[in-house]
Parts: sequence; structure tokens; C-alpha cells
Amino acid sequence: MPDDPITRRRWLAATPWAAVLAAHEHARQAARSSQPPPFTALTAGEAKEIEAIAAQMIPTDDTPGAREAGVIYFIDRALATFDHDTRALYTEGLKDLDARRTSLFPGSRSFAGLQPAGQVRLLKAIEKTDFFELVRTHTVLGFFGNPSYGGNRDRAGWKLIGFEDRFQFEPPFGYYDAESKR
Amino acid sequence: MKQYRPDEEVDFLIIGAGASGGIMAKELSTAGFSVVVLEQGPYLREKDFEHDEIKNTVLSGMTNHPARQPQTYRASESDSAKIPGQKFLQYGRQVGGGSVHFTANYWRLWESDFQQKSKWGGVPGAALADWPITYADLEPYYTKAEQELGVSGLAGANPFEAWRSKPYPLPPLPVKSSGVLFERATRKLGLHPFPTPMAILSQPYRGRGACLHCGFCEYFGCEVRAKSSTLATVIPVAERSGRCEIRPDSYTRKIELASNGRVTGAVYFDANRREVVQRAKSVIVCANGSETPRLLLMSKSSQFPQGLANRNGLVGRYLMVDAGYEAHGIFEHPLNEFKSVQATRVIHDFYEPDPKRGFYGGGGIDARFDFYPAGFALAGLPPDAPRWGHEWKAMVGRNFTRTMSLLAHATCLARDENSISLDPNVKDPWGLPAMRVTFAFHPDDVRNMQFLLARQMEILEAAGAQKAWPDTSDDSLLPHNHLLGTCRMGDDPNTSVVDRHHRTHDVPNLFLVDGSSLVTACCQPTCTIQALAYRAADYIAQQARQNAI
Repeated sequence: MPDDPITRRRWLAATPWAAVLAAHEHARQAARSSQPPPFTALTAGEAKEIEAIAAQMIPTDDTPGAREAGVIYFIDRALATFDHDTRALYTEGLKDLDARRTSLFPGSRSFAGLQPAGQVRLLKAIEKTDFFELVRTHTVLGFFGNPSYGGNRDRAGWKLIGFEDRFQFEPPFGYYDAESKR
Repeated sequence: MKQYRPDEEVDFLIIGAGASGGIMAKELSTAGFSVVVLEQGPYLREKDFEHDEIKNTVLSGMTNHPARQPQTYRASESDSAKIPGQKFLQYGRQVGGGSVHFTANYWRLWESDFQQKSKWGGVPGAALADWPITYADLEPYYTKAEQELGVSGLAGANPFEAWRSKPYPLPPLPVKSSGVLFERATRKLGLHPFPTPMAILSQPYRGRGACLHCGFCEYFGCEVRAKSSTLATVIPVAERSGRCEIRPDSYTRKIELASNGRVTGAVYFDANRREVVQRAKSVIVCANGSETPRLLLMSKSSQFPQGLANRNGLVGRYLMVDAGYEAHGIFEHPLNEFKSVQATRVIHDFYEPDPKRGFYGGGGIDARFDFYPAGFALAGLPPDAPRWGHEWKAMVGRNFTRTMSLLAHATCLARDENSISLDPNVKDPWGLPAMRVTFAFHPDDVRNMQFLLARQMEILEAAGAQKAWPDTSDDSLLPHNHLLGTCRMGDDPNTSVVDRHHRTHDVPNLFLVDGSSLVTACCQPTCTIQALAYRAADYIAQQARQNAI
């Protein structure tokens, strides 16, 4: 739950099972369409802000980041389906972020519109909040989860870490077991 | 598959189609008895298994679900129980049960495991007891389980291993980089590594193909039936007998009792939440160490106001779980641990409790990797690493293929207070009382886990880890997967729930065969649970033939 730190075995809230299938179907349809899919749970304005936050958490550098991987589409679908219980925390969290932004950067209009250094500074200010932890968890799940959920486009997350989703591998698997056979 | 009408009195009603229930179903149906198996979870087939981390880990795809199978938790009986932020006890919830999604560690007990009370004379604050049976009683059934289900391992490679009547039917699975590093390090330290015995096929066996090393074992079902789950092995045999019906999505709420003190069947909710009564001559509960006591406690009657077969109040008591921390290390070159089975090398050097350590406890340590990509990115980096941004991204990118873990599989003492009971307030979506868990580790368990963790860190250092760290957060131990001891086996009806043949002391035609029977917690229990099931099935079939149930 959002008020607890997320560890490897501590996962998201309870979820109606049918919603997962709905999310899959949604993602499959989106994948077939050449148009960017419309958002379901988030408004376009909210999506822009969340995408900018996710893009600071997993930035674009010499490899794709959260933005290119379509993490925002994963998050929107999660909030529309299996993680809709956390939707309210997004509303609250964005409101709090707005308030902190206007006090830190008077005259600014949005998080997405800030310079990168300003975005990082603002995120550091909310690093200990439930909202930050929730967005971080969703961003990571969207970046590294199965592409059928709408994120991890072109397997960007898996390519980053050297993971391959295959049904078959053969030994040697890694450097040390290969070395031991030489 | 054979189908029975609910009003047809079958010979055996088995509740739970998991690691033990699948074996009971096969043994009793092929022995000529009519059998109905009620399974609360769905009947998933190999085509339903996916490499989908979110579904299987985040969304409890193959396990009890926190919303539909709610649990409450408290550390002590004096606390009020609350719904925890994290699932506390976890069990497999489909035909095949936990044997479908388990890691497939398959360790026998040692001979000494059966006489810990005699050896130690008791531990203050713990209900340590001897088993009513010995290793010799169980050995033929350990062998039967290994041979019939298909287990890969190397007999004699573990110098501490108990005697065995046959070697493993299959050679060990190929060693991974974690196993090579672990083997080098432990030998350097004078320890005795050996290939992890796994219920996964290293070669084709009895019509099933060998493991293809896809890496999705723990939390996942095997698409190619190389994991020796009851779903892939004995359940199809039971169905082919023409005498066994597996009924999935059938959630038992009460075992029925007649005025003569014998059970007559059970009431369950079918997939459409209609109540159905299945009649049977005998009932065998194989619902796991948490759901078995819960069902007995829900089956109250005027004869058993505290719950069925619970005259002495011990049903649900002495809950024991898996214990043991994990330590992680980063290495210079890629290990690619995401490939193949989770664990390939293990040591039992610290398995036997040793009075010189100053506390009770012991356990095995294995080399493994049980992260999937998102789980690794969330929690696989050292505690001092950044948690987001460029540097974090670079570290996740570099470390995923270079990390391995050492996991301790430690003893857990039975405490009086640790129990499964019915929550007085929280109900599940069927209106039944939620499972309430009362649990805290015995102080010796904690000292033992810390002792083993120090050994894990020494091994990682000896293996040449560039960086190593222990994961000792309370949450790191959750959820617990081995749910044991809650309907303890024993000869004395005052101090146990079932006798040495798994028959309840209070009800002659009611048997409990699963982790709830275990007297001590033994690091890796599945092999023992399944050997007990084979042994119980032999006895029950023989008694039924003699009209002695």
C-alpha cells in the first residue's frame, strides 16, 4: 500500500482479477492503432505532468527512458483498471506538487514546463511522500513489465538491463559457468 | 474425466488439489476408490501460463489474493489483528496448488529432524516435539516421491545427507554462474556445496520433456511441464483412472458431521457461488497449513463447538513458516542469472542445530537469483544506491546481469501463540471469516537467521563480490510460503491433532494431509509433505479395504 515502502516482495494493492484482462485488451487495442491512445483515468493535463515526472525518474540518455517506453500509457491503464484504488492519490499528489511548485518557482505554469534542474529539485522535495513512491513504483512496473500492459515499448526496459524473454536458453548461461568449463 | 453427482456418496472427498492433495487423488483413485477433489482455485493449464511478472507477482496471479482471500495479522494474542499492507501468508491457489508455482527445491529431512526434542530436551518458549515417526518410516516414500514425480539431484554429493534407498532419478540441472561462484567460495571456506535437488527435469522423464531454462520457475507455472508439479505428474493419472473428479473453483466452507461423530462430506461454494453438498465416506483435507485449520475452525457443531477435531484446542496452533534472510552480491562479469532455474548449489554445513552456537536452530544456504526485471529495478540495488534518475538507471542497467543472492532456509520453532484462527470482524467476499494470523519469531529463530546471514556474507566475500549487502528489513521475509505445523502429528491426543497416519484423534474418518501435519519446520518442506502424502495414502487405502475407517 502506498503508505509503506515498496520492497521486492511488497507489492501493490489488491486488485480485481478481471481488470487485469481488461488492461491487457486495452493495451492490445492501443498497440494496433497508429493514433496515440486516449487517456482513460487521467486527464490530458495530468498525463503530461505524470509523464514528465516519470521521465525524470527514468530519464532518456543514450538509451530510451520512461517517455519513449510509453510508461504513461501503462500508468493510465493501471489507474483505470487494476490499480484504480490509487487514483485518488494521484489527484492529491499532483495538487501538492502544484502548490510546492508555485512556492518554489513563482510564475511557473506546470511541472512539465520547468527546466530539468527545476524538475529534479522539486522531485527531491517530495521524495519521501507516498505519492512519489507510488509514481516510482508505477513507472518501474511500466518500464520493466510485460509490454502487453502498454509500457516497455520496443522492450526498452528489458534491453537496458540485458534481459531476454525467451522460452529457451542453453548453458553456459553466464561468464563464470562458461569459464569453469574452459 | 469421471463426474459424480453431489448426492452420490464417494469413497473419498479430498479438499485441496495441491502438492499433497494431487498425490492423495492419484493414489486412492488408482487403488480403485471413487474420489472427488474440491479445489478453491481455477484449473489452469500450460497454455494459461505466461511470462508476465506483473500478473504473477504484483497481482497474485497464482496465489491467494489479498482482497478475495483477506488475512489479518497480529504479532501477539494481546494485539488486535489488522489487515497488513503486505500479504503475510501465501499459498498456491489452483489445481496443483503451490507445486505449480514453487521454486522446486526438493530437500529431504535429516534423520535427526524427527527427534529434535530428544536431542535438545526442549527450548524455553517453544513447543519443540519429536515426530511420532522416524526417517526410516518415511524413506520409502521420499524415494517414491522422487521417482514418481521426477527430481534432479546427485545422491551422495551432500556428505550430511541421510541414507537413501535409491539415487535421484535424474542428474542435476546444469550449474549456473551463481552456483560456480558459490561452489568455489564455499570450498575455499572448507564447506561442502552440492547440486540443489530440484523437482524439475534435467532430462526427459516419463513422457515429459526436460527443462528449457527459460528462468520463470518461482511464481510461475511451467509451460513445458518440466517442473514436477502435481498438475504435470499425478493429477492427469488420477483423472485417467476414471474414478477421480477434480472440481476447480469449489471453495469449501464446512465439513459436515453426523450425530455418530463421523463426517459425511462437505459444503462448498461452486464457481457461481451456489452452495453444494458433496457426500463422502471419508474426508481428507489437503488445503495447506493455513486453510486446513481455518476450515476445521469454520466447521463448528454442537459436538465440536471449538471447531472440528479440535477438542484439545490445538487446531491452528504452532504455526511455523519459512525463515531466513537473503544477502546479495554484485560481480565483475555477467552471470545472467535470469536464465534457468532459480538455484543450482546449496550447502547443509550449518543445517544441524549446534549447542555451541548458544541458540537453537540451523539451516541450508543456497546460491540463487529470484528477481524478475521490475522487482529487481524496485529493490535489487544496494541500500546506498540512488532510487531514481540517471545514476540509478545506469546501475540497474549494469547490475541486473551481475547480481546473485544467497538465501538461508532456516528452522522455525513452534510457539504456542503462533496460530491460524478466525478473524472475529473481517469477512471474505463469500461472507466467511477471514484468516487471522498471530505470529512472531522465537528469539532463537532470529539469532539463527542472523548467524546464517553472517555466513552468507562470508561466502559472498569469498566468492569475490565487488559489493555485498544483507537484506534484513522485516518485509524482506514476507510473504511466508511454507505454512506448517498447525494440525500437528503425534501419538498423544492431548498434544496433537492427527495421529501418525494423519487420522484426526477426534473423528475416525477425517484425515489431514499437508504441511499442517509437520512437527518441526525443516527449511524446505515440499518433499516431506509429498512423502507424507504417499505414506498416508498407503495407510488410508489399506484401512479402507479392511473397512477400518
